[in-house]
Amino acid sequence: MPTFVYMTRCDGCGECVDICPSDIMHIDKKLRRAYNIEPNMCWECYSCVKACPHQAIDVRGYADFAPLGHSVRVLRDEEKGTIAWRIKFRNGKKDMELLAPITTKPWGKHIPKLAEVPPPSQEMRDSQLLFNEPKYIRMDEGGLHTLESNGLEIKKGVQY
Amino acid sequence: MGYKTIIEDNIDILVVGAGLGGTGAAFEARYWGRDKKIVIAEKANIMRSGAVAQGLYAINCYMGTRFGENNPEDHVRYARIDLMGMVREDLLFDMARHVDSTVHNFEEWGLPIMRNEKKGSFLREGRWQIMIHGESYKPIVAEAAKKSADKVFNRICVTHLLMDESKENRVAGAVGFNVRTGNYHVFKSKTVICGAGGASNIFKPRSIGEGAGRVWYAPWSSGSAYGLMIEAGAKMTQMENRIVLARFKDGYGPVGAYFLHLKTYTQNAYGEEYESKWFPELQKMVGKEYLDPEVSHRTHRPIPTCLRNHAIISEVNAGRGPIHMVTMEAFQDPHLEEIGWHNFLGMTVGQAVLWAATDVDPKYENPELTTSEPYVMGSHATGCGAWCSGPEDVSPPEYFWGYNRMTTVEGLFGAGDAVGGTPHAFSSGSFTEGRLAAKAACKYIDDGKAEGIRVSDDQINRRKEQIYKPLETYRVYSNEVVAGTVNPNFINPRQGLDRLQKLMDEYCGGFGVNYMTNDKLLNIGLKKMYILGQDLEKVAASDIHELLRAWELKHRFLTSESVFQHTLFRKETRWPGYYYRGDAMKLDDKNWHVLTVSRRDPETGEYTMEKAPLYHLVGDVEKAPPVEHH
Repeated sequence: MPTFVYMTRCDGCGECVDICPSDIMHIDKKLRRAYNIEPNMCWECYSCVKACPHQAIDVRGYADFAPLGHSVRVLRDEEKGTIAWRIKFRNGKKDMELLAPITTKPWGKHIPKLAEVPPPSQEMRDSQLLFNEPKYIRMDEGGLHTLESNGLEIKKGVQY
Repeated sequence: MGYKTIIEDNIDILVVGAGLGGTGAAFEARYWGRDKKIVIAEKANIMRSGAVAQGLYAINCYMGTRFGENNPEDHVRYARIDLMGMVREDLLFDMARHVDSTVHNFEEWGLPIMRNEKKGSFLREGRWQIMIHGESYKPIVAEAAKKSADKVFNRICVTHLLMDESKENRVAGAVGFNVRTGNYHVFKSKTVICGAGGASNIFKPRSIGEGAGRVWYAPWSSGSAYGLMIEAGAKMTQMENRIVLARFKDGYGPVGAYFLHLKTYTQNAYGEEYESKWFPELQKMVGKEYLDPEVSHRTHRPIPTCLRNHAIISEVNAGRGPIHMVTMEAFQDPHLEEIGWHNFLGMTVGQAVLWAATDVDPKYENPELTTSEPYVMGSHATGCGAWCSGPEDVSPPEYFWGYNRMTTVEGLFGAGDAVGGTPHAFSSGSFTEGRLAAKAACKYIDDGKAEGIRVSDDQINRRKEQIYKPLETYRVYSNEVVAGTVNPNFINPRQGLDRLQKLMDEYCGGFGVNYMTNDKLLNIGLKKMYILGQDLEKVAASDIHELLRAWELKHRFLTSESVFQHTLFRKETRWPGYYYRGDAMKLDDKNWHVLTVSRRDPETGEYTMEKAPLYHLVGDVEKAPPVEHH
């Protein structure tokens, strides 16, 4: 079901080519527009559909089991932080609109640049701790769980 | 050939494959390796690559230690029961004690995690699962990796690891080609963290023709984690432990949220409960230690995933299929109905497309379930992967050789699907494993373990010739025939993949034979694999895109060969419902309460198999009752 591209909407910008995880969206050399070169390697992941600035890409269910006449369309908006879906059934009896958030923060602004955070001490390097630990694991004063702290012993054999 | 050689030198940490494991590695590496050169090489574009490319609607591994919900050892016990005892408890404990900090970082970065308004904790789907609006899960973690990495090379298909020529069994980087320009890329690096993926599409899929891409695990998961490491001579573990998924038919939409959150359940075609009647017979096969429905009924002890598959397979074989998911009750609640649809849109859009195409409204009709073709991976309810060192403070001597998550090849680390014996890591656990591997890799370098690495031009040129050989084969022989894909001198990657899938299905226990195999079938299969290996030397590629498929096929082949060897070695049926050894239909703890470990000799291609002891850190019975999570 793979994806297909509407001739009149595609301008050959290549956003879909750039994002497709399966490397199956390519530009047709004569028509200068994108198309799916290998439908049987398409996961219907919608990465290209979401990336297309002209809504030129759509999906038609896999021919070996999906009948014609349905539609699942999507609009993803990083600025608004939302994704909007519309699902239409083949028989026309169901037509759903669904909206979900894709982020709670302005895009990419709250991810730390680790080269700029205070460096770890030697003591931390020698410990089992990772960045932001242990405070990001638990709110109390406790440290990282260990066999000792949890009263565990590792033994050879069966567990029962 | 007119392809340039582009060398990236003096790399400290090379991340090969940046899904959840690889992005975790690249991100964390900067914290410990302040001035180190961190480089990512990724087959696709890290913004949408790996198994989480289309998003997730749940994080399946979260302890909730902060909210007093679970301790790491509880998760170890859970994963062990689910995998019929066969796990690396040191690695699992280590992952579980860190995973919450990963999830709390994700929330800070903007990943929408749903909250339980009453308790203030995250909204639980099940004991280990929390619910998220994760359509942009991958782009968010990719941003974090980008902020840490010096360079990100997208669209590089890494084909081989480079090996040090001054010290045996030490890694020295990796090579591959750019799937757009065709250029040859050489990455010389002190360490490599393999974050590449597990394998879909090595067993014949149920879908045919156009639908062959509608597999459970992403079609771009080409077993490269295993292909790369096996070829470098790294030891592998539990490669026989393939997974079969019970999923919505054809679309393979996930069932976790349906079972756990929506409280839907299954029944046979005649509306009957079917599971429990298969348990007495099954208990005779696996023993009461592994299946005790009474205990499972009284406590939160799960029935292992494979055994629940077994009940479905048996019921269908008895002529009472298909199995249905009873959605008609839950979907009367409009809120639950909406969750049911969001669940698909967030991670398996194809299932929504399928129900729209077939007019299946789960409010008025109970959809069909089926068991999938097998998959080989290491982060869901299965633990295939490399034999890795555990952490210093947890691991017994047999499991520890200096650096956490380092394989048996020095300087080569793993994360996610690449690490064996660590099922139920899922997305958050894979990212956590990447973080652990990154810290260990920095320490390895700081300890001076990567001094004096030498890579000769000869090695680089030899690999280059090997990589482009399929293009050369095509150039030499394609004009011998008038037109078309039939040629007596070569096969194309699709033809090779079809052959591999048919062979795996028929001889190694695919869906086409009801997941059944035996020693005779496996030995015949291995002979055929040997010949297929020779034919893959003659695989031909008409362009760079097909060259990508050729190398994916070679990685899938190496993965499959390992699966064959391990399946033959473990002479018991450990996971009924994943596969059956017809010549040894019972679980055999006397001889096989061990992990299987293999090594393929890189020079000769010969396999050696060994048994590794199992260590357990918790008893079978949970002392305190688990906290209520709904």
